[in-house]
Amino acid sequence: MENRAIFSGKLLPCLLILPQLAISLIFFYWPAAQALWQSFLVQDAFGLSTEFVWFENYVNLLQTPEYYHAIGVTLVFSALVAFFSLGLGLLLAAMANRNIRGIQIYRTFLIVPYAVAPAVASVLFIFMLQPGLGMIARALQRAGIDWNPVLNGTHAMILVVIVAVWNQISYNFLFFLAGLQAIPKSVIEAAAIDGARPMRRFWTIIFPLLSPTTFFLIIVNITYVFFNTLGIIDTATGGGPSGATQTLVYKVFQDGKVGTDLGGSAAQSVILMVIVVALTAFQFRYVEKKVHY
Amino acid sequence: MVFRQFGAASVIAATLALATPAYAVTEIQWWHAMTGPNNDVVVKLANDFNASQNDYKIVPTFKGSYADTLNAGIAAFRAGNAPGIMQVFEVGTATMMAAKGAIKPVSDLMKEQEESFDPKSYLPAITGYYSTSKGEMLSFPFNSSSMVLWVNLDALKKADIDAPPKTWPEVFADARKLHATNPTCGFSLSWITWGLIEQFSAWHNVPIGTKANGLDGFDTVLEFNTPLETKLLENLVELQKDKSFDYSGRTNTGEGRFTSGECALYMTSSGFYPSVKANAKFSYISVPMPYFPDVKDAPQNSIIGGASLWVMGGKSPEEYKGIAKFFTFLSDTDRQIYLHQASGYLPITKAAYEKTKASGFYEKNPILEVPLKELTNKEPTENSRGLRFGGMVQMRDVWSEEIEAALAGKKTAKEALDAAVSRGNQMLRQFERTAK
Repeated sequence: MENRAIFSGKLLPCLLILPQLAISLIFFYWPAAQALWQSFLVQDAFGLSTEFVWFENYVNLLQTPEYYHAIGVTLVFSALVAFFSLGLGLLLAAMANRNIRGIQIYRTFLIVPYAVAPAVASVLFIFMLQPGLGMIARALQRAGIDWNPVLNGTHAMILVVIVAVWNQISYNFLFFLAGLQAIPKSVIEAAAIDGARPMRRFWTIIFPLLSPTTFFLIIVNITYVFFNTLGIIDTATGGGPSGATQTLVYKVFQDGKVGTDLGGSAAQSVILMVIVVALTAFQFRYVEKKVHY
Repeated sequence: MVFRQFGAASVIAATLALATPAYAVTEIQWWHAMTGPNNDVVVKLANDFNASQNDYKIVPTFKGSYADTLNAGIAAFRAGNAPGIMQVFEVGTATMMAAKGAIKPVSDLMKEQEESFDPKSYLPAITGYYSTSKGEMLSFPFNSSSMVLWVNLDALKKADIDAPPKTWPEVFADARKLHATNPTCGFSLSWITWGLIEQFSAWHNVPIGTKANGLDGFDTVLEFNTPLETKLLENLVELQKDKSFDYSGRTNTGEGRFTSGECALYMTSSGFYPSVKANAKFSYISVPMPYFPDVKDAPQNSIIGGASLWVMGGKSPEEYKGIAKFFTFLSDTDRQIYLHQASGYLPITKAAYEKTKASGFYEKNPILEVPLKELTNKEPTENSRGLRFGGMVQMRDVWSEEIEAALAGKKTAKEALDAAVSRGNQMLRQFERTAK
């Protein structure tokens, strides 16, 4: 007996995808189109005078050295955050995927940081790492390290990377753990009987079988560093010192919200959108080939 | 028949009776950025005003930081429902005044509503910041402060320094001496650009930009990359090397370094007083900002910081009437005195200042008079009346970036100031274009 419902006509499927379509149109295509339109305008903050200027905002942008600096900062920042949050997430998941006493407690504690809002995470770390205020900062200074994220660009970068990684590890941990638990025990046991040591089992069996999860997480993490780290940077460093932690998305925010230069800010978000779309497309085209489903 | 008419009339009367209170009270939205005790002051002022009459109701709403409040107001205006009164910080002045259709100048409002209003009764050092070059008041000063040097007297004694420094060379020398006992910080300051560029220029009677620091027109050009500014920054860069001077960030997050005793000399807002009073476990004092004695006019007068109340455009005549009455209410001498003594904000009328002085209040609280003495030190010149640069909120960040580059040793002081000027000028041209 066939236990399958067969729908005829096109009306029902159309109706069913309509809500999703509406959400995409209202929350993605419409704002994106508005940003595109805004990027061709020069406008004052209150929208009282508007001038259509074609590509002038883009030309101006590409002539400012700070913009290229922000691109460099973004690349360094996203590489560091993606690498450490994925690496540490995987390490912790591998450790937590064992039968030890109290494992549920460990797992729960490892997931908790994800519930902390980025700005709050920043404040927590500022309390620990602010020179003259934080415990860790004082310990570092006593150890002879001149820890000073207010003035030293490298230190500021380390600070925001730590907060961003800490905030994202839990998410990666959760997915890696689920991925690990989906790997059949029998495969690993067979390898163990064949004499493969844990490290070898990990790299030749577990890691390849985990690749769909890893691939998914890479894309999610890149999107995370590109967009969601805004709150962290705003609270921890404000893009400083002298632009050392000013990423592309932070510059969009700065120019648009603080500087009320909506045209220039819109032009930046259009470029940022193109970069992220291209990056994701590239990953699906080339990196996905290495993924075993 | 008679009964019917009576019935109809009573229905109408009842409807009127119910409807009248709702229609007669005009609500006026007041968006502000005050937190903690200052928020209480805002609420108290609104309540007192509402209790003092029955026609208008001021409804204060907290909208976040100064920048958040400004942005919320801009967004609300674009959506067609701006508040009646908006509190905007001093550096947002140019943005607000350029939006001619969006705001109503306070002097026009008071004239139209025939409220008694004498611009001369206000302290010029405060209202000048919010007035046109012709002296027409654009917005109503609310909370004002100025910059002072906070001094830890115990630390000075420990370092064998007799008296608080008066000049910059003395500050540099004292910072070096303090370094022996305070190895991580001798001297520091908050609001780096407010102190080193904005206040410094006014205090030394030198321009930040042409056209009376932008008060006379948006075609102003920055020009603070002079040998005098360079000398100041070079000295600080030199002191930063061994932390005799130590940078504390762009805003006031570093103020705890004074109250904890880490930095013995700390320049920041006079509004820092309540925190010092509550937290400092040493004897302290505040003194006027330092100056270079070889500059002819120094010290001139300081400028204010803080925020003012802007009246938004396109409101009903009743709302404007209510706002005008509220401003008259705020200008009342005894109310100003109360605000000044309770909150530490500066009084905005001459009468309130004189009356407080006459009451002997400053002999007991000399710290509260320091900013007033600075502001009224001399008649303001076109270099010290205030400043009006478009995009000033972000400009401060740009200037800070360059100062940070100099302090970190990535650029020389001169290179950093040149870059701050040229990047700032680009922003001014962009603003000038949209402000027409």
